[in-house]
Amino acid sequence: MAVGRNVARKDGFPKVAGSALYTDDLAFPGMLYGRSIRSPLAHGRIEAIELDFDRTGFTIVDCQDIPGRNVVTLLGDDQPCLAAGQVLHVGEPILLLAHADRERLLEARVEIRFQEMPALLNLLESDHSFKDILIQKGELEAGWSRADTIIEGEYRTGHQEQLYIEPNVVIAVPEEGGVTIHGSLQCPYYVHKALRVLLDLPPERIRVVARETGGGFGGKEEYPSMIAGHAALLALKAGRPVKLVYDREEDMIATTKRHPSICRIRSGVQDDGTLTALDIEVLIDGGAYVTLSPVVLSRGVIHASGPYRCPNVRIQGRALRTNTPPNGAFRGFGAPQTQFALEVHMERIAEQLRMDPVQLRRINALRPGDRNATGQVMGPDCSALEVLEEAVRRSDFHRKRRNHSGSLRGIGLSLIYHGSGFTGSGEVALNSEAALEVTEAGVRILVASTEIGQGTRTMHAQIVAETLGIPYEQVETDNPDTARVPDSGPTVASRTCMVVGGILKRCAEQLKERLGDRSPQQYFAEHGSLKVSRRYQRPEGLLWDEEHYRGDAYATFAYSCVVSELELDPDTYQVKPLRLTAVQDIGKAIHPILAAGQIEGGTAQGLGYALLEEVVMQGGVMANAQLTNYLIPTTMDTPPIDVHFVNRPYQEGPFGAKGVGELPIDGPAPSLVNALRHLGLDLRSIPATPERIMEVACASV
Amino acid sequence: MRFRLNGQQRELEVHPMKRLLDALREDLGLIGTKEGCGEGECGSCTVLVDGEPVCSCLLPVAQVEGAEVITIEGLGGEHPLQRAFVEEGGAQCGICTPGMIMAALALGPNPTEAEIREGLAGNLCRCTGYTAIIRAVQKA
Repeated sequence: MAVGRNVARKDGFPKVAGSALYTDDLAFPGMLYGRSIRSPLAHGRIEAIELDFDRTGFTIVDCQDIPGRNVVTLLGDDQPCLAAGQVLHVGEPILLLAHADRERLLEARVEIRFQEMPALLNLLESDHSFKDILIQKGELEAGWSRADTIIEGEYRTGHQEQLYIEPNVVIAVPEEGGVTIHGSLQCPYYVHKALRVLLDLPPERIRVVARETGGGFGGKEEYPSMIAGHAALLALKAGRPVKLVYDREEDMIATTKRHPSICRIRSGVQDDGTLTALDIEVLIDGGAYVTLSPVVLSRGVIHASGPYRCPNVRIQGRALRTNTPPNGAFRGFGAPQTQFALEVHMERIAEQLRMDPVQLRRINALRPGDRNATGQVMGPDCSALEVLEEAVRRSDFHRKRRNHSGSLRGIGLSLIYHGSGFTGSGEVALNSEAALEVTEAGVRILVASTEIGQGTRTMHAQIVAETLGIPYEQVETDNPDTARVPDSGPTVASRTCMVVGGILKRCAEQLKERLGDRSPQQYFAEHGSLKVSRRYQRPEGLLWDEEHYRGDAYATFAYSCVVSELELDPDTYQVKPLRLTAVQDIGKAIHPILAAGQIEGGTAQGLGYALLEEVVMQGGVMANAQLTNYLIPTTMDTPPIDVHFVNRPYQEGPFGAKGVGELPIDGPAPSLVNALRHLGLDLRSIPATPERIMEVACASV
Repeated sequence: MRFRLNGQQRELEVHPMKRLLDALREDLGLIGTKEGCGEGECGSCTVLVDGEPVCSCLLPVAQVEGAEVITIEGLGGEHPLQRAFVEEGGAQCGICTPGMIMAALALGPNPTEAEIREGLAGNLCRCTGYTAIIRAVQKA
C-alpha cells in the first residue's frame, strides 16, 4: 500500500545532503553570464541607447535581434520580450548583455535617454480594462426587498511577493540549430510555447528542462518564459551557453506579484442572519500588460461570494491596466483577495446583528445540493459545515471568545473554499497528457508537472504504485524534460494531484491490464519497454458557459476553516499570533505529512500576507525590494499551527483527492483580521501592520 | 588561504575578499551551500565557522584563515538531522534546507521548542511554515 502512507519523498535525501542540483549549481563549458538592462521609468519613449564601455567579449541583444515575434506568448500578445521604442513600467527589460566575466558585466554602463510620459499608477484612475466579468444569480431587487438590514463595506489588499527562497535563474544552451533551457520554473511547456514564437523555431529545436526548483508559489508560472527568452536570445547570438540569474533585488523589482485589490460589498441580511442579496464589485490591478490577469480575475470573482448559499448575487469584476510591473500568478490566484473581503464583511454582519459569527456562517454555508454564485450544484463532498464545526470545536472557539473579552487577546475565524483545477473549460482546453513507461527496474512516470517543493514526484509515484500494486520504490520519477515527457499542463491551480494524478491513475489502470499477472520487470525482460498514455477526461455532467459565467466553474471545491488566536501589544501595536487552527477537506491526503506541509506552509504565507508583507510602491516601483524591509514570517512570527483534515472524498479524484496547494492561503488573512476585530479594531485592509493598526486604534478613540 | 573544511586541511588561492559562499561553490565545488538573498537575511548560505553559524554570503574568505569550516557536505547525508528532515517533512523545495540544518546543528543537544525557534530565526523558509522543521529538529 502506498497511498495514505508517509513514504520517503523521492527528492528528500539529495535535498538534505546538499547534492540536489538546482539551476544555479550547473555550469556549462564556455558559459557566459547575462544581465538585463531595465527601464527606470514607469512610462516613456526610448530615444537613444548609448553603450559606454569597451565591448570586447560582450554579447549585446536588443529587440532587433529577435528572430520571431517580439512577444511573451501567454493569454495576450501585448507584452514584448524586449521593449521596442516605449516602456510601460519600471523594470521593463530593454537590452541584454552577456560576458564571461561577471565583474566586467556588472560594470558595463548603458545610458538610455527617454522622453518621459505621464504614468498611471492608481488603478482607480484607470479606464483601460483587460477583462470585465459579470456573474448573476437570482434577482438582486428581490434580495433587497427581503432583507431586514443592508450592510456595505470596502476592503483592500496589497501586493504580495511570492518570495521563493531561490531567485529566478535560467541557463540557455545553444544546441544543433536550437536551444535547450535549464531553469527554475513551474511550467516547462509554457516556456516551450513562448520560445517557439519568440525564436521562430520548430518545436523539436526547443528543449526545456525544469531543474530542481527552490520554490515557486506561482511566481515561476509565467515570468520564466521572459527570462528563458532573454537567455536564449543571448545564447543564440553568442553561440555559447548563457546563465541569467537574478539577485534578490532584481527579482523583487522586476517579476510578478499578487494583484492588489479593492472589493466593495453590499449585502442584504435578515434578522436571523440569512443572506438575501450580495452585490460585489471586484477591482484588481493588472499592471502594464495582460499576462494572467483575466484568469486571476476569473478565479477571484467566482470565489467572491465564498462558500455561501445566497440566492441573489451579482458580482462584477474588472482587471485594470496601470503603469506598474505586471502582476501575475500567486498561490490562490484572486481567491485570497475576494474571500478576504467577504469574510471580513461576514464578521461585520455578525457584529451588526449581534450574532455569533459561527452561527452566521452556519446558517449560510453551502450544503450538498445547494448552488453557488455561478449556479454550480454542490456535490456530496461539500463540507463547509463540517470544517466549520470541527475548527470551532478543536480550537474551543466559544469559550476563548468569551474569556478573551476585554483583554488584549483576540480570536477570529474564516470559512473559505477553493476550486480545484483550471477554471471553467480550462482543463478541456489544456487537454493534458500523461504517460507511464515500463523499465528494467519498474515503471517510469512521464509528466510535465514540476517538483517545486510540494511533493509532486512522491505523490504521483504513490498513486501509480498503489494502482499497479507494485512497491513505491519501483516507480521512477525525474525532472520534466520536454524532449521526453508529454504536455501534462502547467504546475498550477491545485491541479497536480487531482487532475494530473487522475490521468496517471488511468494510465496505471490501463498498464495493469496490459501487464496481466506479470510484474513490470518481468514484462520488460520478455518484451522490452511498453508505454501507456492517457489524456484528461472531463468528468461527466460538468458544464460551463463561458459567455454568461454560469455552470460548473470547477470539478469540485476544497474547504477550510481557520481559527486565529493572537495578542496585541498595546504600546507598539505589534500582533503576536498565538495559535492557528486549520481544518480542511482535501478529499484524500495521498501523503499525510506532505499534505499537512502544504497547509502549514500556506497558512504561514497567509499570515505574512495578513500582518507583515507590505510591498511599498513609489513611482511605480517596489521601494523595499530587500529582505531587510520586506518581511516574511520567521520562526518567531509563526505560531504553532494545528492542522486537521475532515476529508470528504471527491468521486472523480484519484483515491478521492481534491486540490490542496492553494487552499491554505485563502483563510488566514481574514481569520487574523477578524481576531483583531474581536479586539474592537475595525481593519478593512491588509497587511495589518502595526502602523495600520495604530491608525485604526487611534481613529476609534 | 588555509583552513580546515569538513575535517580536511585545504589550501585555496583566491582573492581574499571573495565571498566564502562563492569560494565554496565555485572554487571548491561544494554546491550544497545556497544563495537566497546575498545580504545575510535569509540564512540559506549558513555554514559553521569554528562551530558558529554564519552567513557565508557576508564573509570574505580571508576571515576563515586558520578556522574550521563545516558545510552541509560535511554531514555525510546520514546525519540524524538529515534523516529527521526527510522523515518529518522539514524539506520541501529544499533550497533553505542545507542552511537550516547547519543552523540546527549549532543548537546543541535536546533544544526546547523556544530555543529552536530562536536559533532558527535567521533562516527563512517559505514552504513549511517551520512546523515540520521544528518537529524534525526535536526528533533528531
